[in-house]
Amino acid sequence: MTQKTAGGDVRLSGISKTYGSFTAVHPLDLTIPQGSFFALLGASGCGKTTTLRMIAGLEDPSTGTVFLGDKDVTDLQPYKRPVNTVFQSYALFPHLDVAENIAFGLRRRGIKSYKKQVDDMLDLVQLGAFAGRKPHQLSGGQQQRVAVARALINHPQVLLLDEPLGALDLKLRRQMQLELKRIQTEVGITFVHVTHDQEEAMTMADQVAVMNGGRVEQLGAPAELYENPRTTFVANFLGTSNLIEAEVVEAAGDDTVVTCGGAKLRVPGDRCVSRPRAGGKLLVGVRPEKVSVAHADDAGAIADGRNRITGRIVASSFIGVSTQYIVDSPACSDFEVYVQNIERDARLTPGAEVVMHWNPDHTFGLDADQDIDAGVETVEESA
Amino acid sequence: MSVTDAPPLAPAPVEPPAPRKPATRKRLVPYWLLLPGILWLIVFFALPMVYQASTSVQTGSLEKGFEVTWHFQTYWDALTDYYPQFIRSLLYAGTATLLCLLLGYPLAYLIAFKAGRWRNLVLVLVIAPFFTSFLIRTLAWKTILADGGPVVDVLNTLHVLDVTSWLGWTEGSRVLATPMAVVCGLTYNFLPFMILPLYTSLERIDGRLHEAAGDLYATPATTFRKVTFPLSMPGVVSGTLLTFIPASGDYVNAELLGSTDTKMVGSVIQSQFLRVLDYPTAAALSFILMAIVLAMVTVYIRKSGTEDLV
Repeated sequence: MTQKTAGGDVRLSGISKTYGSFTAVHPLDLTIPQGSFFALLGASGCGKTTTLRMIAGLEDPSTGTVFLGDKDVTDLQPYKRPVNTVFQSYALFPHLDVAENIAFGLRRRGIKSYKKQVDDMLDLVQLGAFAGRKPHQLSGGQQQRVAVARALINHPQVLLLDEPLGALDLKLRRQMQLELKRIQTEVGITFVHVTHDQEEAMTMADQVAVMNGGRVEQLGAPAELYENPRTTFVANFLGTSNLIEAEVVEAAGDDTVVTCGGAKLRVPGDRCVSRPRAGGKLLVGVRPEKVSVAHADDAGAIADGRNRITGRIVASSFIGVSTQYIVDSPACSDFEVYVQNIERDARLTPGAEVVMHWNPDHTFGLDADQDIDAGVETVEESA
Repeated sequence: MSVTDAPPLAPAPVEPPAPRKPATRKRLVPYWLLLPGILWLIVFFALPMVYQASTSVQTGSLEKGFEVTWHFQTYWDALTDYYPQFIRSLLYAGTATLLCLLLGYPLAYLIAFKAGRWRNLVLVLVIAPFFTSFLIRTLAWKTILADGGPVVDVLNTLHVLDVTSWLGWTEGSRVLATPMAVVCGLTYNFLPFMILPLYTSLERIDGRLHEAAGDLYATPATTFRKVTFPLSMPGVVSGTLLTFIPASGDYVNAELLGSTDTKMVGSVIQSQFLRVLDYPTAAALSFILMAIVLAMVTVYIRKSGTEDLV
């Protein structure tokens, strides 16, 4: 039933959605490869759910076309699309029991022999013992699995998941993430997952599209997005980044040399979003876990060629596997560093003068004409 | 002497068990709160019921006075004498209830899902007729359905009355003083009692369920049949009950819009009480009506499988 041909990609071509004068989604081109686990990641109101609903047919795009494979489905009613959705609050039918909920789609399509498929699906989501229960008699996690089963049983070309784990507590969410990933691998259907949780997106998805303000900021594999953010929003929204505004001193050769707060840093030229010009500005970024901290007294032991910034620890918090330091330096007032707790240096307490150093290859350069704090607050809100 | 040298503190005195009284008082609170309602029910419902029950088995006359003689024959006589009115009552009330459902459901659906910001206005309009007296509203229908009036003229021109007359609902070119007039009046007067519970239960339905049904290959019609309507059953049941029960005991519509041939059991009870002054028969009629309605409602609720939803 599932089409396994290469032409099963979801293709959005120039789709946009406006409500009156408000643009929820700016014209957007996106290709979601068949069989992939694709995440649309962003803060609330970034247009990710609207995009999903346009694929499902629950929202009419203002412009553009939605293709499923080679077929233009833009004007197709939702009930005619080979697409199923797992809704945010599950939207299980309260008057039907679990088995009837799961069988709903098959029966609407006039499939008579749905019993066996329902049983198989109940096994897949491990709810065999609950077939006769009503949704309100189930826990949140069980309801979530019913919602997945109810959609999956139809073997859709694409399964759309709208914040399916949002209502679950952290531990259950982790468990369901693995479960969903397992199911996706097992059935091989394209999953399009909408979430505001960057960790969730990175754990589950093969491809992540980071959305902000109705636009896709960056698209790529999780590691690619994490290591090579192209905008400050992505750098801040996915994990944490130390972003420093710096002036370009030398842009010739492979490495760009910048200065900030008296420190000279090197940035590989191929890790800059656009070619920096000498005399121009550049936002230099580095992830907190790539940075090492040495007490100022040991500064001499740091290998040559590493980027280094001096500062003073203002706060440290011990979180088991690692210790997080916030360091005040002339270049950046709240530079974050995560240090693995292998050998702890007892001198590294608030007030200590330190040198932070890292491999220049781990530095990335972003265009300076953007908001350095974009995407910072939104992470805190959703956490 | 330093603090550490202080003699060990005496063991803390054992807390006396919490006094029982406040707990008991707390337990009684719900009953205190129920009291006014219970009193009201006793004085205005239970006592009159007992009084009427005793009246129904009395014999005597107004001049000599009535006394309880356990004369159950009254019930049988009432039933045999007035069974046409009983049947008519149930038939009219049933038809009016069905019409209310057919008219009210689309409107309630509209208010709940499509009215948007007009929702409250439309709801007010539904209730607006209540600002006028029941009697006035029913009398207005006398004008609406008057012989030679525009409504009757249109129905005549369209030959609708030929059909309804053939069915026995109207007579010739008249609507007034026919069963149709009574059913129209009943339908009109009880429509809000149907619309409001329907609206309440429709409005409670999560709109995402409609989306989910559509997403799962249900056409809009199937979505209505398989999702919306089943979920609105509590409203359907309470709406039909709120319409059918009072309508089956109504006499104003039959009196004002009907004729002697359209008398409902309510009219009979009213005239037995107030004109014939045969209190036992009137009381017996009331109890029979109550028993019939109760039996029908019980069967209905069982059949619609909404015991736990009402």
